[in-house]
Amino acid sequence: MTTPVQTPAPAPTPAHRRPATSAPEARGHLWVYAVLAGGLVLLVGPFLWMLLGSFKPDAELRQVPPTWLPASPTTDNYRQLFTQLDFPQFFFNSTVVALAITVGNLVFCSMLGYALAKLQFPGKRVVFALVLGMLMVPGMVTFVPLFMLVSQLGMVNSYPGLILPWLAQPFGVFLMRQFILGLPDDLIHAARVDGAGEFRIFTRVILPLCGPALATLGILQFLATWNNFLWPLVVAQSEEKYTLPVALALYAIGENSTRYGLLMAGSVATILPILLIFVLLQRYFVQGIAMTGLK
Amino acid sequence: MASATAQRPARTGGNRGARVRRREGIAGWGFALPFLLVFAVFMAGPVLASFAMSFTDLRSADLRDPLGVNPIGLDNYVKLFGDDTFRQAALNTAYFVVVGIPLTMVLGLAAAVGLDAGITRFRTFFRVGYYLPVVTSIVAIAVVWRLLLEPESGIVNTLLGYLGIDGPNWLTDTRTAMPALIVMAAWRNMGFLMVIFLAGLQAIPRDLYEAAAMDGSNAWSRFRHVTLPMMRPTLLFGGVITGIGYLQFFEEPFVMTQGGPLDKTLSVAFYIYNQFGFGNYSYAAAISYVLFIAILVLTLVQFRLLRSKT
Repeated sequence: MTTPVQTPAPAPTPAHRRPATSAPEARGHLWVYAVLAGGLVLLVGPFLWMLLGSFKPDAELRQVPPTWLPASPTTDNYRQLFTQLDFPQFFFNSTVVALAITVGNLVFCSMLGYALAKLQFPGKRVVFALVLGMLMVPGMVTFVPLFMLVSQLGMVNSYPGLILPWLAQPFGVFLMRQFILGLPDDLIHAARVDGAGEFRIFTRVILPLCGPALATLGILQFLATWNNFLWPLVVAQSEEKYTLPVALALYAIGENSTRYGLLMAGSVATILPILLIFVLLQRYFVQGIAMTGLK
Repeated sequence: MASATAQRPARTGGNRGARVRRREGIAGWGFALPFLLVFAVFMAGPVLASFAMSFTDLRSADLRDPLGVNPIGLDNYVKLFGDDTFRQAALNTAYFVVVGIPLTMVLGLAAAVGLDAGITRFRTFFRVGYYLPVVTSIVAIAVVWRLLLEPESGIVNTLLGYLGIDGPNWLTDTRTAMPALIVMAAWRNMGFLMVIFLAGLQAIPRDLYEAAAMDGSNAWSRFRHVTLPMMRPTLLFGGVITGIGYLQFFEEPFVMTQGGPLDKTLSVAFYIYNQFGFGNYSYAAAISYVLFIAILVLTLVQFRLLRSKT
């Protein structure tokens, strides 16, 4: 992969690691394994407890002392997600919003990223500074005027209101620019000499080479949007527009706040899609951090 | 640079260079415009609007009657400094940041050093496990932690009970509510720092360690005198990123404590949200700019530290 940012080189198999068979060294490693495994239990434990809890009836969840494994396993909690709450709708909303915002950012950010990396145009430095500067601005700063704008446009409690404001975010521009900078200029010149139009060069020459960057951006953007909370909390004002985190949070603090089983099952349903994406595609996360975070 | 090569055809054919440059300029703006339009309307515009708004008395009721808005200069900012609830929220946020950053960094660094210390088996397994809380929804995590911290039936107090300790009601006790949120934040974010620190550790040349070992320094002193100095930029980068996130914490108190008990977990971001809810739009905008400035100051301070010592 040709990343312009230095990807941390895999540690050269160092000499001091080889004698792992010698007794004190091995004992040292055992100690490290034990500590790391202890940490792992603490980090993953709550998830396991949540998963097990989602199969327990409410009475058992409130029992003192608590049970580890469900004494009388039940799928009632999950059934209630569908019968008493409209979970398929929340799931659908989360998916639509996250997919739309992801696609929007892939398109807009790759285009601007390409222009900033490979094309000369007047005002380029200003555009880059403006977009980068916005990375520093906390979401809370735009929150109030953005809500006023969306309500003036009559888009409160609608999909456009949930999606439009987030279609073009600076992070993606930065990531795509960094990646495209590393592609050779000669490809573009050769295509120009062959008489290809600028847009054609972008779609036929540049984009096909951007696979890793697009995948990384797509995954990070999808996850960030899926987990996003504040904006959908204020814009989605009725149940048919709630996203999963909004529904879960409002149930957790509302009249259902003591229905532990339901909340556990809701948490599992919120986390599970992300978990699958993460475990299957985890190398892209590390790549994403390497592409943008470290220099 | 791209420009140097792009102008190469100019030498072969008269004003073709100018034409190519113009074509490139048009193409550049063509590619930039779609992003910039959305960006201008939904980001840059609101940033400026928020700033302008903070010097007015705009409230939600004024949305229907824009003429009812008056400029009031710095009144919102002056009011802020006499606002006891805001002061409490600022103190809480500072507490969260000042304790939370070092705690998260120490845990992240410990995990990274552990993974870097010759662990060959289960590397990916550990990394995925430690990173898991980072990618999952903070709302779902807060819901689960609230149940873990239940005074009677929660796991935390049950485990403490095995040790003979009578655990408090974590989230309703004014002394323990904020520490509980901090521990949860450290638990959630250490995996992110671990990945960043691991990359930093692997970039340290191994011969530095070997030289130190030959000089007879022990593991701790190698960590003190080789690892930490070499990791300085990475550590500061991690500190900045974590600090920017922690200054804006909101979901944790929203789900777990609603800012209580007695506003002890009310964060600045939560206070902005509340003021927005009361319809005090211009006041909320003023607080958001104070938060923005706090983020800028924290970032500048950390960058200053980075530059002065390297």
